[in-house]
Amino acid sequence: MTDLTLDITIHLAKIALIFFVVLTLAAYLVFAERRLLAWIQDRKGPNRVGPFGLLQPLADLIKLLTKEDFRPPQADKWLFYLAPAMAAIPAILTFAVIPFGAPVRLLGREVPLQVADLNVGLLFFMALSSIAVYGVALGGWASNSKYALLGSIRGLAQLISYELSMGLSLVPTVMLAGSLRLSEIVAAQKGVWFIVYQPLAFAIFLVSIAAECKRIPFDIPEAEGELVAGFHTEYSGMRFGLFFVGEYINIIVLGGLATTFFLGGWHGPLLPSFVWFVAKTLAFAFFFIWMRGTLPRLRYDQLMHLGWKVLTPLALVNILATGWWLMIRELR
Amino acid sequence: MAPFTKPMPIFNDLKALATGLFVTWKHIFRRPVTVEYPDAKRTPYPRYRARIVLTRDPDGGERCVACYLCSAACPVDCISMEAAEGEGGRRYARWFRINFSRCIFCGLCAEACPTLAIQMTPDYEICERDVMELVYEKEDLLIDGCGKDPEYNFYRHAGIGVVNPRGGNPDEEPPVDVRGLMP
Repeated sequence: MTDLTLDITIHLAKIALIFFVVLTLAAYLVFAERRLLAWIQDRKGPNRVGPFGLLQPLADLIKLLTKEDFRPPQADKWLFYLAPAMAAIPAILTFAVIPFGAPVRLLGREVPLQVADLNVGLLFFMALSSIAVYGVALGGWASNSKYALLGSIRGLAQLISYELSMGLSLVPTVMLAGSLRLSEIVAAQKGVWFIVYQPLAFAIFLVSIAAECKRIPFDIPEAEGELVAGFHTEYSGMRFGLFFVGEYINIIVLGGLATTFFLGGWHGPLLPSFVWFVAKTLAFAFFFIWMRGTLPRLRYDQLMHLGWKVLTPLALVNILATGWWLMIRELR
Repeated sequence: MAPFTKPMPIFNDLKALATGLFVTWKHIFRRPVTVEYPDAKRTPYPRYRARIVLTRDPDGGERCVACYLCSAACPVDCISMEAAEGEGGRRYARWFRINFSRCIFCGLCAEACPTLAIQMTPDYEICERDVMELVYEKEDLLIDGCGKDPEYNFYRHAGIGVVNPRGGNPDEEPPVDVRGLMP
């Protein structure tokens, strides 16, 4: 086998692995969320399908696939069909730049456990997270329903209020690591994790990614109490399932990114690097589920207030402080 | 905009967040309050209001005298019957029908019943695939026992003054001598 074919094979294998692991993890995250929420609410949760209900995701999948695929007669056909994919694909695409383990020796060569080590990995993530909202916006708009439209408008408004603070909270990370490449950001955290230097940026990023994956304190575009189901009101069957699984992929991906940026990525003692990465990512997923079981939904204007008047100025001040600190460290 | 002009009480907010998260954390480890229904069933309390029955008096006769009070009290009009007279002039229901697909199990019928004939039972499992199966006729409703008040017989208390002299019957006191109350 030539070098090129070997390269392509290894890449395809990594992509297949990521697809399999992330999609399975997303399906089981739904299950875990249902069980955990049930425990939080003193219930038992789904435990009938298979041992401990572990086959529940399979049952859900069969149910979603066999349901009627309904399109409202007045809906914009192509956009309506396209939107769920536009919500799910950017989510899983972001995983391409996340290093999920230390490089391994395979077939006599160094294989980084990362699909694409882009030198603008961080910007790639920011771009994709902006594109992901198109699925929400177009899905709501194409449905031709007032609830869906309101949901998608809220989704867009939410995007502009958290995205700025999310980007700004990552600037100190880049300043510390001196690179936009995610593998180098991880490498810079070999000794001390960035959460130690940047607790404020971490907090801002955490709130922003909670808003990014539309989790409960910020589930304003869905808002089942007010908007039926928000932007995916008119979706049924697997198209709804795609929105749904996209949301959970998003949780995993954003958890992975928070791990990469602040919790030292795959660095950790004793256990293999891959295990450390998954454990840290799932800790974020657990935190999101826990938060969902605890907090009420914010109002539309409260999110705006939080994003624009609290998080963004704080992130800017944080950048300035980091800059000064770095300069002082340089001078000494 | 009034609340937002004040400086944000950020530490109170953080404390509130932490308190809430702590409460839910504790609940994760608490025993569930629910039971797995078809496998485990709760025993309802004796006064639980579910399937309605028609009871008999201790002698085995039907208590119902077809007075229509239950039917009148029913807020959803799910009770209907036809009165008839048996030998001896005593009334009974020729047919008696409760539509359980409509019944809201409020218990007003049981409260209205002067003869304690109609009673609520704790049997709550009365689902049917076919809604017509939920229309119970008299033979479905009538049970062999006395229900919650096994001693009670309406005819021992009502109308006895006509047949027997006053004061000699069970749970009746002799007539008061009005003059005896004078000081």
